[in-house]
Amino acid sequence: MAMGITVRRVQAPAMVWAIAVAVLVPIGIPLAYLLAQALTVDAWSTVFSVRTLELLRNTVGLVVATTATAASLGVAAAWLVERTDLPGRRVWSTLLALPLVIPSYVGALAILSIGGARGLLAEVAGLAAPQITGFVGAWLALSLFTYPYVFLLASASLRNLDPSLEEAARGLGAGGWRVFRTVVLPQLRPAVASAGLLVGLYTLSDFGAVSLFRYDTLTRAIYTNFIGRVDRTPALALAAVLIVLALAALALEQRSRGRAQLHVRRAARRPRRIELSGRGRAAGMAFVTVLSLVALIIPTAVLAWWLVRGVGLGQELGTVWRATGNSLLASLLAGLAAMVAAVPVTVLTVRYRSRLTLALEKGVWALYALPHITVGIAMVFFAANYVQPLYQSLPLLTLAYVALFLPQATSAGQAALQQVNPTLEEASRSLGHGWAATLTRITLPLIGPGLLAGGALVFLTVMKELPATLLLRPTGFDTLAIRIWATSAEGFFTRASAAALILLAVSAVPMYLLNTRKSHA
Amino acid sequence: MFAYLHYRHSVYSVPVMPRFRILVSIALTASLAVSACGGSSDDTLVVYSGRSLELVGTLIEQFESETGITVEVRDGDSTELAATLLLEGDNSPADVFLAQDPASLGTAAGMFEQLPSDLLSLVPERFSDTDGRWVGISGRARTLVYNADLVDEADLPASIDDLTDPRWADRLGIAPTNSSFHAFVAAMILTKGEEATLAWLEAVAANNPVDYPKNSPIVAAADAGEVHVGLVNHYYLFRLIAEQGESSAANYFLPAGDAGSLVMPSGAGILAGSDSEDAARQFIEFMLSRTAQEHFASETFEYPLVPGVAADPRLPAIESIATPDISLSELAGALDRATDLIAEAGLL
Repeated sequence: MAMGITVRRVQAPAMVWAIAVAVLVPIGIPLAYLLAQALTVDAWSTVFSVRTLELLRNTVGLVVATTATAASLGVAAAWLVERTDLPGRRVWSTLLALPLVIPSYVGALAILSIGGARGLLAEVAGLAAPQITGFVGAWLALSLFTYPYVFLLASASLRNLDPSLEEAARGLGAGGWRVFRTVVLPQLRPAVASAGLLVGLYTLSDFGAVSLFRYDTLTRAIYTNFIGRVDRTPALALAAVLIVLALAALALEQRSRGRAQLHVRRAARRPRRIELSGRGRAAGMAFVTVLSLVALIIPTAVLAWWLVRGVGLGQELGTVWRATGNSLLASLLAGLAAMVAAVPVTVLTVRYRSRLTLALEKGVWALYALPHITVGIAMVFFAANYVQPLYQSLPLLTLAYVALFLPQATSAGQAALQQVNPTLEEASRSLGHGWAATLTRITLPLIGPGLLAGGALVFLTVMKELPATLLLRPTGFDTLAIRIWATSAEGFFTRASAAALILLAVSAVPMYLLNTRKSHA
Repeated sequence: MFAYLHYRHSVYSVPVMPRFRILVSIALTASLAVSACGGSSDDTLVVYSGRSLELVGTLIEQFESETGITVEVRDGDSTELAATLLLEGDNSPADVFLAQDPASLGTAAGMFEQLPSDLLSLVPERFSDTDGRWVGISGRARTLVYNADLVDEADLPASIDDLTDPRWADRLGIAPTNSSFHAFVAAMILTKGEEATLAWLEAVAANNPVDYPKNSPIVAAADAGEVHVGLVNHYYLFRLIAEQGESSAANYFLPAGDAGSLVMPSGAGILAGSDSEDAARQFIEFMLSRTAQEHFASETFEYPLVPGVAADPRLPAIESIATPDISLSELAGALDRATDLIAEAGLL
C-alpha cells in the first residue's frame, strides 16, 4: 500500500455495502434472469442444434484468427517503434495507436463502401472491384481496428524491459530475429496475453462488423433471431451460450496468467536501438506505412470522400445533429453514472480488502467481459416483464452502460485511491467526522480527478456502443451509432459517413485529453 | 489485466477539479432537461412502425402538422415489433401498430381493439382482418426482381420451386429478417404445408443466397448486378428508378400462382390499451385519406386500397397478379412456424 502504511482490517460501513449492493443488484438480476430463462426446456432445442454448433465454430474461428493477426501486427509495430531506429518513431507511435477510436462497424462501413458496383472505386475509376464480405471482411476489419490494443500494451512492456538481456544475446552473436524470438518475445508474453484477451473479447462481442459483412457469428444470430422471429426464446438461449463462451475465455486467460509468472526487471536505462539495415529500414517503413494507411488514413479518407460527395449532391444531413446530441447526452449520463457507481466499489475494494470485496471486484470485471448484446437482451426482457416503467427509458439504457463499462471507472478510481494516504481518512474519522463526511470532504476530492478520467473513458466507449443501444434505446432516440448502423446496412454511404465522421471527431476529444494527461504524469 | 490498460490513463497528478465541477454540472443540467421532456404525454401518439420511415416519414409529418398531434415513432421490422408487442403485453406504450404485412398484424391482433365500421368500410373487405381488428392501408405484391442485363427473362423461373435449382447458386438475394419475407414463407406453409416449406428453405439455403436486412438493398444489389435475382416486394424497384432515373433491374411476377406473387396489404391496428384512442383513429383515418392514398400511389408506388385512387400506370392491375388462394387473416397463424423454419434452415 501507499507509503508503507498497512490498511487496518476493518469492516466496511454497512451503508457503503448497501450502496454497492444497490448499484450492482439491478445489473446482476437481468443477467441471472436471462440465464434462468435459457435453462428452460424450450431453449434446449436451440442450444443443442447443428446451427448453434456452426455458429460456435464461426465465432471461435473468427476470434482465433483475429487475435492472432492483431497480436502479430501489434507486436511487430511495437518492436519497430520501440526497439529500432525507424525514422519518425514519435509520429508512428501516435498514428499506429489511433485506429483504436474507429469502431469496427465504422471501419466495416469504410471497407464496404470501397468495392462493389456502387462503391468508391466504381464511382471514381469505373472499377468494379469485388466486394469483400463474409469471414475475410470481418477478420480484416476486426484485426485492423483492434491491433492497437496489442501495440499499446506491447510498447509499454518493451519500454520497461531490461535491455541488458537483449544486449547480452546480441553480444553472444545472436542475430536480430533470433534475439527477438528467443529473448524479447517470451518477456512480452504477459502483455500480449492481456491484449490478446481484450482483442478476443472485442471480437466475441462484435456485432456491427460481422453483421455488415454478413458473417454468421453468435452475436449476429442472436440479433437476427431476436428481430426475425416471433418466438424470442432462441435469441435468449443463444445469448446464454455466448455468455458462457465469454466467461470461459476470461477463465482461460486467468489460468494461463496464474502459471506464467515472469519476473521482469524494470529497465534502468533506455536500450540501445537496433540499427536497421537499408533493406530492413525500407521493409519496416513499408510495414508501418501500409498499416497506418489501411487502418486509419484510408478509412477516414473514404468517409470524408462520401461526405463531400453527398454534400456536393445536395444531400441533407439534418437528423445527424439530433443524433449527435443524443449520443453526447447518453455518453455523458453514462460517464457520470459510472463515476458515481464506481465510488462504493472503489472504496470497498481498496480500503476494505477481504474475500468478499475481491469477489465484488471480479464480478465487476466479469460483466465487462460480457458481449454487449447479451446484456441488452437481458435488460429488455427483464424490464418488459418486471420493471415496466423503466422499459425503453434512458435510465435503463444508462444502467446497461454502467453494467458494461463500470470497470473502466473503478480501475481509474482504484489507482487514484491507492495513492491517497489512508491516514488522511483516519484523521478525519478520529476528529469526529462520520464516514459520509469523510467520503465527501476527504476521499472524493482526492480521487475525483482519477474518477473523472475513468468517466471520460466510459464516455468514449459508450459513444461507440452499438448492440445494447440498438436494443434498449427509448422510442425515437437516435444516436450516431444507430444512424451509422441503419444507414450503412442499407448502403446509404453518404448519410452514414457524416455520422461516422462526427463520431470519430467526438471520440477523439476524450482520447486526446486522456493522452495529454498521461504524458503529464 | 484490463486494469493495466486503463491504469495508464489514470496516473497523473495535475489537479483538474474545476473541470470536474463543470462536467458534473453540465451532466446534471442535461439529465434534468431529459427528465423534464421525457415520458410520453397524452397528446403524443406512439406508433410502432414496421414500415420504414423512408416510406411513411413525410406522411407522418403531414399528419402532425394537420392535427397538431405529436407522433413518436419506434421503427423496426414488423415481425420484431409484433413480438415486442407480445412481450410488452397490456403495458405496451404503443397506441398504433403500423405494419408491413398481415402476418405480423394478425400476430398482435389479440391486443387490438375493434375498429369502427366506417374505417373498415373504406377498404375492400379482403384487405382487412376478417374480425375487423386491423385494416389494410396499401397493397403490395411479392415479386422476383432481376437484373435484365445479366438474366434473360426467358430463363426466369415460373415458380418459386425452381429457385432451388443449383443454377441459382450464389445469385439469389433474400431478406430473412424482413416481415414481408416472413409473410411469404407463412403463405407457403398455408399452401404447401410445413414439410415442403422447410425443404424449400433448406434447398434455397444450400444455394448460398445473399442475405440483406431488408428489401431495398436487394433491389439495389440486383440493379448493381451483385445478385441476379431477389425475392422482394414490387415497389422498391420504382423508388430506385425515381431516384436514379433508370435501372438495370426489373420486376417479374411469377406466373405459377404461388407465394412468390402473394398480394397483401400493409395495415394498421389500434392497441386496446391505448390512452390516445382518438388520436389513433385519426391517424388511421389519415392513412386512408385521399392524400395518403395518393402518396402511396405516386411516392411509394404501392397499390392504393381506397377505391377511386389510381395506381401507378406501370403496375399491372392488382387483380391480374396470380396470388395464392388463401385468406390473409390466416397468415398470422403460420408466422411463428415460418420464422422457426427459416431459422431451422440456417437462414437466421
